[in-house]
Amino acid sequence: MAARAERLPERASPGFFAALPRWLDREAVFSWAMMAAPLLFLTALVGYPFVYGIWLSLEDRPVAHAGVFVGFGNFIDDAEDPVFWQVARNTIIYTTSATLLKMVGGLGLALVMNQHFPLKNLVRAVLLLPFIVPTVLSTIAWMWMLDPSFSIVNWLLIYFGLAKTGPSWLGNADLAMASIIVINTWRGLPFYAITLLAGLQTIPADLYEAATIDGAGSLALFRFVTLPLLKPVLLIVTIFSIIFTFSDFQLVYVLTAGGPANATHLFATYAFSIAMNGGELGRGASVALAMLPFLGLLIVALTLYMRKP
Amino acid sequence: MGATGSLTRRMFQLWLPLGFFLLLALFPFYWMAVTSLKPNAELYNRHIMPLIVHHPTLRHYVDLLTETSFLRWMWNTTVVAVVSTAISLVFGVMLAYPLARMRFPGAGLIAFAVAATYLVPQPLLFIPMADIINRLGLGNTLTSVILTYPTMLVPFCAWLLMGYFKSIPRELEEAARIDGASRLQTMFKVVLPLCAPGFISAGIFAFTLAQNEFLYALIFLTETDVRTVPVGAIAELIRGDVFYWGQLMAAALLGSIPVAIVYSFFVEHYVAGLTAGSVKA
Repeated sequence: MAARAERLPERASPGFFAALPRWLDREAVFSWAMMAAPLLFLTALVGYPFVYGIWLSLEDRPVAHAGVFVGFGNFIDDAEDPVFWQVARNTIIYTTSATLLKMVGGLGLALVMNQHFPLKNLVRAVLLLPFIVPTVLSTIAWMWMLDPSFSIVNWLLIYFGLAKTGPSWLGNADLAMASIIVINTWRGLPFYAITLLAGLQTIPADLYEAATIDGAGSLALFRFVTLPLLKPVLLIVTIFSIIFTFSDFQLVYVLTAGGPANATHLFATYAFSIAMNGGELGRGASVALAMLPFLGLLIVALTLYMRKP
Repeated sequence: MGATGSLTRRMFQLWLPLGFFLLLALFPFYWMAVTSLKPNAELYNRHIMPLIVHHPTLRHYVDLLTETSFLRWMWNTTVVAVVSTAISLVFGVMLAYPLARMRFPGAGLIAFAVAATYLVPQPLLFIPMADIINRLGLGNTLTSVILTYPTMLVPFCAWLLMGYFKSIPRELEEAARIDGASRLQTMFKVVLPLCAPGFISAGIFAFTLAQNEFLYALIFLTETDVRTVPVGAIAELIRGDVFYWGQLMAAALLGSIPVAIVYSFFVEHYVAGLTAGSVKA
């Protein structure tokens, strides 16, 4: 009612200064005035770079030089570059494997954590550590664990008689790919587990009771109660994780820098090496933008899904 | 039989998998600690049992703190994380409050744009961003990262805070309005104080994200004095092909401590922030 009264037209107001506070108090005016600064900020530093990146990808643009418009030239170069296709393959393998591992492992860990045991909160806090510690720092530790000469992983393998000599984890193409997948899983799994655990805790206990009375065993409970009710959360976490695994940079840059022989280059690290090390901003931007169709689809899908009431 | 059966069951359903996950999660940190305490003679000798420290030394820590700019990097990282978190919280409130509590044309579109912005990964933007920062003459200043980190943190904070703002009953706000409070007063005196947990969650989460950031710092900060811990460690503790593993592990451990401390005090809030986006009733 009070709000309604304020929407009366301001004409013939006693004076500008008396009318201004009332005008500012209108819902739409207040809202836009409040949002103006952050929206301007995001437009300038997310919207503009995004559009500018598309522009750059259409230019031949050596660093510190003026660009020359080349149309789709950079994208044609990408398509003719065998490394680009290797990068695409690497990224798909990396994203698929790491996401599956995190999903299965995270679900497993969530189910384990959903039981009653002493010091549960402490255990949960400790299990999240890999996720909160800065990626670069934990990746340096993994790098040392996989060191060619002093790898503790190899020492353990030999000690337990599982291998005669330890492999060169980061020197072999397949093993290097396996290594980055495992380390990404190590870091991302707690995120899945804790989120899925929160999802598990929203499932009402009487559903389990009802199903048990109907004679369902633990497998049936999981299959027909837990999984269907967990699906929305699982879907959100998975799409979220695919977006950030697909566009991963830090881990690979630190651990292998894309090597050996481009075997672990992802879109982000390859774009970085072209633009920052090679100084070809335009071509680099085109490699980064090659991620856009897939990422854009996921981003729009996830945003719409999360906004569903 | 029943007791033994359930014990075995509990072993396989709880203790064994839990032990496995804990070992996996913690071993790299154990290895950081062990390595950082070993003298070089022990580190690079393959005939000594490596899992424990035989002659612990603080040598690597002393070297790290006296011979490198590590303390400077720690300071930079903290300043950048605190300032960009503060900016992001303020901007986050300014976006989230109207989106959550006001009705106006265009609200749906803006809310969509903010959520989508949150999901845009950095690698899509870093090349144009490098050029922009360069043209603004901000290379090698902490301003460059303080300005760019909130591009990731503001949408996140806004998204998280919207949930909290929505949970405050409209009646409270209407009561204040009827008593003659302006919208701004209502916001500051009624709604915001009730959302304190939301600010802590958003703040903690933004702080850890800022500490974790690497790509922008790597591109914008190329001088020792302005570097953050991750970039400093990568660029200066690895000199050519020589790795100072003792120092590196000491740096990794020390660099993780600020986040770990903040996190340990606010685990519940952190978890609330982590799960806010995906677990909603």
